[in-house]
Amino acid sequence: MHVPEDAVVSSADVALALASAASQNGVQIYDRTSILHVMVRKGQVTGVETDKGQIQCHYFVNCAGQWAYELGLSNEEPVSIPLHACEHFYLLTRPWETPLQSNTPTIVDADGRIYIRNWQGGILSGGFEKNPKPIFTEGKNQLEIQNLQEDWDHFEPLLSSLLRRMPELETMEIMKLVNCPETFTPDMRCIMGESPSVRGYFVLAGMNSAGLSFGGGAGRYLAEWMVHGYPSESVWELDLKRFGALQSSRTFLRHRVMEVMPLLYDLKVPRWDFQTGRQLRTSPLYDRLDAQGARWMEKHGFERPKYFVPPDKDLLALEQSKTFYKPDWFEIVESEVKCCKEAVCVIDMSSFTKFEITSTGDQALEILQYLFSNDLDVPVGHIVHTGMLNEGGGYENDCSIARLSKRSFFMISPTDQQVHCWAWLKKYMPEDSNLILEDVTWKYTALNLIGPRAVDVLSELSYAPMTPDHFPSLFCKEMSVGYANGIRVMSMTHTGEPGFMLYIPIEYALHVYNEVMSVGQKYGIRNAGYYALRSLRIEKFFAFWGQDLNTLTTPLECGRESRVKLDKGMDFIGRDALLQQKQNGVYKRFTMFILDDHDTDLDLWPWWGEPIYRNGQYVGKTTSSAYGYTLERHVCLGFVHNFSEDTGEEQVVTADFINRGEYEIDIAGHRFQAKAKLYPVTSLFTHKRRKDDVELSDLHGK
Amino acid sequence: MCVCPGPRRIGIPVRSSSLPLFSDAMPAPTQLFFPLIRHCELSRIYGTACYCHHRHLCCSPPYIPQSRLRYTPHPAYATFYRPKESWWQYTQGRRYASTPQKFYLTPPQVNSILKANEYSFKVPEFDGKNVSSVLGFDSNQLPANAPIEDRRSAATCLQTRGMLLGVFDGHAGCACSQAVSERLFYYIAVSLLPHETLLEIENAVESGRALLPILQWHKHPNDYFSKEASKLYFNSLRTYWQELIDLNTGESTEIDVKEALVNAFKRLDNDISLEAQVGDPNSFLNYLVLRVAFSGATACVAHVDGVDLHVANTGDSRAMLGVQEEDGSWSAVTLSNDHNAQNEREVERLKLEHPKNEAKSVVKQDRLLGLLMPFRAFGDVKFKWSIDLQKRVIESGPDQLNDNEYTKFIPPNYYTPPYLTAEPEVTYHRLRPQDKFLVLATDGLWETMHRQDVVRIVGEYLTGMHHQQPIAVGGYKVTLGQMHGLLTERRAKMSSVFEDQNAATHLIRHAVGNNEFGAVDHERLSKMLSLPEELARMYRDDITIIVVQFNSHVVGAYQNQES
Repeated sequence: MHVPEDAVVSSADVALALASAASQNGVQIYDRTSILHVMVRKGQVTGVETDKGQIQCHYFVNCAGQWAYELGLSNEEPVSIPLHACEHFYLLTRPWETPLQSNTPTIVDADGRIYIRNWQGGILSGGFEKNPKPIFTEGKNQLEIQNLQEDWDHFEPLLSSLLRRMPELETMEIMKLVNCPETFTPDMRCIMGESPSVRGYFVLAGMNSAGLSFGGGAGRYLAEWMVHGYPSESVWELDLKRFGALQSSRTFLRHRVMEVMPLLYDLKVPRWDFQTGRQLRTSPLYDRLDAQGARWMEKHGFERPKYFVPPDKDLLALEQSKTFYKPDWFEIVESEVKCCKEAVCVIDMSSFTKFEITSTGDQALEILQYLFSNDLDVPVGHIVHTGMLNEGGGYENDCSIARLSKRSFFMISPTDQQVHCWAWLKKYMPEDSNLILEDVTWKYTALNLIGPRAVDVLSELSYAPMTPDHFPSLFCKEMSVGYANGIRVMSMTHTGEPGFMLYIPIEYALHVYNEVMSVGQKYGIRNAGYYALRSLRIEKFFAFWGQDLNTLTTPLECGRESRVKLDKGMDFIGRDALLQQKQNGVYKRFTMFILDDHDTDLDLWPWWGEPIYRNGQYVGKTTSSAYGYTLERHVCLGFVHNFSEDTGEEQVVTADFINRGEYEIDIAGHRFQAKAKLYPVTSLFTHKRRKDDVELSDLHGK
Repeated sequence: MCVCPGPRRIGIPVRSSSLPLFSDAMPAPTQLFFPLIRHCELSRIYGTACYCHHRHLCCSPPYIPQSRLRYTPHPAYATFYRPKESWWQYTQGRRYASTPQKFYLTPPQVNSILKANEYSFKVPEFDGKNVSSVLGFDSNQLPANAPIEDRRSAATCLQTRGMLLGVFDGHAGCACSQAVSERLFYYIAVSLLPHETLLEIENAVESGRALLPILQWHKHPNDYFSKEASKLYFNSLRTYWQELIDLNTGESTEIDVKEALVNAFKRLDNDISLEAQVGDPNSFLNYLVLRVAFSGATACVAHVDGVDLHVANTGDSRAMLGVQEEDGSWSAVTLSNDHNAQNEREVERLKLEHPKNEAKSVVKQDRLLGLLMPFRAFGDVKFKWSIDLQKRVIESGPDQLNDNEYTKFIPPNYYTPPYLTAEPEVTYHRLRPQDKFLVLATDGLWETMHRQDVVRIVGEYLTGMHHQQPIAVGGYKVTLGQMHGLLTERRAKMSSVFEDQNAATHLIRHAVGNNEFGAVDHERLSKMLSLPEELARMYRDDITIIVVQFNSHVVGAYQNQES
């Protein structure tokens, strides 16, 4: 791909230019000054201690690159910034006989893992090898011990691929092999944002070797963040708070970056899971599930089952399984989904973040009413789906909250919310020893019993009536399951299927699981994984935070007016924005698309990020998609905008606008017709009377 | 019981005449070298390698298997002893069965075969320091016989200082080598024990108290000990130490390692012989002790204690010291003498031990009595017992023994037994800092590789990485092409070293897979390893290797202390 506007800049020159521009605007730059640590009082940055004295400040930005990790830990209240350096080599040659022109294009050969560009008439060529050499695992003091040396033997594969691509270069004379370490993060995305524990402590680091190209944009967003409190785009994928201290182990980082660095030039396939740094957090059932064929994915360090490979089935080897087409697990997930629809499945969902908020008086309710958009002043035992919104009405978190007692609440949020949600709650919670927030994620194993027969399994195990009269939907009860007492049973699922969530103190986890499996046998119980869950929830038009919802999407934009109580009698964060939005209308609308002419077997699959076209006009991108096994179609979810044809300005999106349009989803350049829906396909919800039900009731002669 | 296939000898007369035919008919790239070092006047023969993938020529197999024990039956038995198929007919038979399809093992398959028996032991360190002069050892075996007849042992003496390492090459079955591998180190350890310790152990046995452990074994999971015979073996050992206690004159003398080794070897051989004569009421054990006695084994054992290295050798396995010269090159120092026809002193010894009129028959065709290749060995009572005793034991023995033609067969010219001894020749060597490692190996290795090559390959393997200095361009005019060439060359050199984590495995890879240029040839390696079980022995012998690495720092420290 030739990009005529492509340009080459020198990072040193850019940095110098920025520095002198800043100086002209009154910024003071201290040369040859090293930071000892950042001073913090009451969780707020107050200054910086340097080897030449103190500097008072309210904001501090850690841009220390590969030393950012160490600098973060030097605080009394450490800031964990998970990144790790790898040696990076590039080659400089003397000028070519006829020196290369400065407009020579930069060439990237991803197969050969190399890049080549003009450098002072000669070439500069480096790459991202398959076997990276991590460095500075032990920190900066390693710098003195281990000089950065050229390692030609290590560079040999890259040199070979350079000469394979351009054999003519053979006669060029070597000037130097430069060893210049680059920093990598555990997920190949940079790290920015405010520390969850220290206010005013910002980070911008871990650029994964793309510092110069991303620097401008990243700098802008960070500046907005510091000035306004949030950036103008949703940058959750880059937010420091997507990581916690658990990704901070040097061993973990060392192993993970060795996988991340080669990935830079690898083809990135959908649903790819990192292979290193795994099995860090596991449910107590891990071994049991693994023995039953579970294949695992990792989220926030937690292992979650993707699907269960039946004993008689073989999947492709990891490398062969990479595909943009129909994956090899298709039939496996299909049978799991079918079982969820017709019988009962059990899914281990222990990874979800779980908090408990208790108080001596009404403080807990008060603060939650302020932080959440739905009305939480519900009778004890009720469960409320609600968003945790920001000032703009956008979702900071989407969770389910159960009122355990008058003064205590149990809150379930997505797995990767553990740090972010905690920091958000802490930020707004008053300093009050009578109001206690506790992270109980590790205390409970969560099992999701999903499917029409879940109720039968549970009632048999608890000798308690589980019918809707006794246990209505969105209800939470502590009850016994098998021998184990005190199991929190909730009549809800995260997919819209009938079923229950069981929150089990971990010591009972194995017992309850065993009981559920043995009793469930006659109801056809089986294990299921997250891929089945995903297909179910997308088919049912359920939006998930982190995939479909972000800080810039409001409940009104995704048809969740019912979860917002604007008149619950008190103010809450985002209320004003939502009121205004309600008046003015929304500028984007969460929509479900059912692909019409897509051949699941032969066509490329939609994964996410596919452009949506309305009457031939681009109106947005998909945010998630899955094959709906009941609809027997692919379902994509995404936001539809209404860009003015003349100005490109965003206009109000009405239901009418959505409904009166012809839609197409573009998958890798091929447009497929799609039906747009604002509400889920209702037939999926009607509880189909099973055949044996009919016969039984006939026998009873009611 | 394994009877050696004597008639393989048939091949020899055909061989020389067929040589030119071979080189003409074979396409050059498929020619393979089969070094035949074992005292053959013709050291190398060309030949087709493998029956499974080459066009087969009607001629003799390339490697003339030299069974260590040749059994050419007396004319009277000749009709008896004709194997149903000689190898000659046998290979012809196979030729029809096999189609000339290409069949190679992949590198991982080759590795899994080579590494199946590998074992490494690192002497544990205390406070980051290893105070032993031994860093550790690597060992490995590659079978050619099925089952393998070689054995290996390694153990640390717990009541005295020092480490014992040994390789044992069995013949006429593996019973004797197995027994020796289990028992010999106990005999040595007991011989080394001071009087007080012996008394303590005897008292413990007497009163049923817990025994002091004598040896800590370092065994590969495949190295087994026979459970059934352990009681019998223990009783024999106990009798030995009881005699040592009785013999003690009261004055505590310094124990001489050399003497202890010789005593232990002789005593164990004596016990093997006695146990076979006495028999055992248990029929399984009775048959076992007879099999042990009628089969044979050579032994090459090293005892390392600080800078004192003793090698006790019986037979034709060999101990080789790897010495690194000041310029970094490697030289081999042999620490044992082979006891076979190539050793003139041994031939001389045999001739002196028997009447003059036997001078011609005692060593015939480079073999003891024309039959046995090693001139010293454990077991092999056929070369030790009187004819009367042999007949008596066989007649009273179990039927299996009686049915066996080999055991019944009395060597020709058998006038003044014993002809064979297990007495070892003990060599002492004081370790120096330049002595980096010791290779103990059965003749399966030494007949395919020169000792100098063995030491060089191990030496380069052990120092491997450190030897290759990193490249720096530093001011020279180097083009990308030149650098590329240099790097590719370095990588090729490296890759063969990287594949093995075990020096013994690395050595076997070279022994089996080396081409004429001394580099490992995967194709050849693959062919040699894919030979069917029943053919493997025709192309190679069992190979067993132990590579002991010395700690130059500790050895140097010893030296400084004393100087």
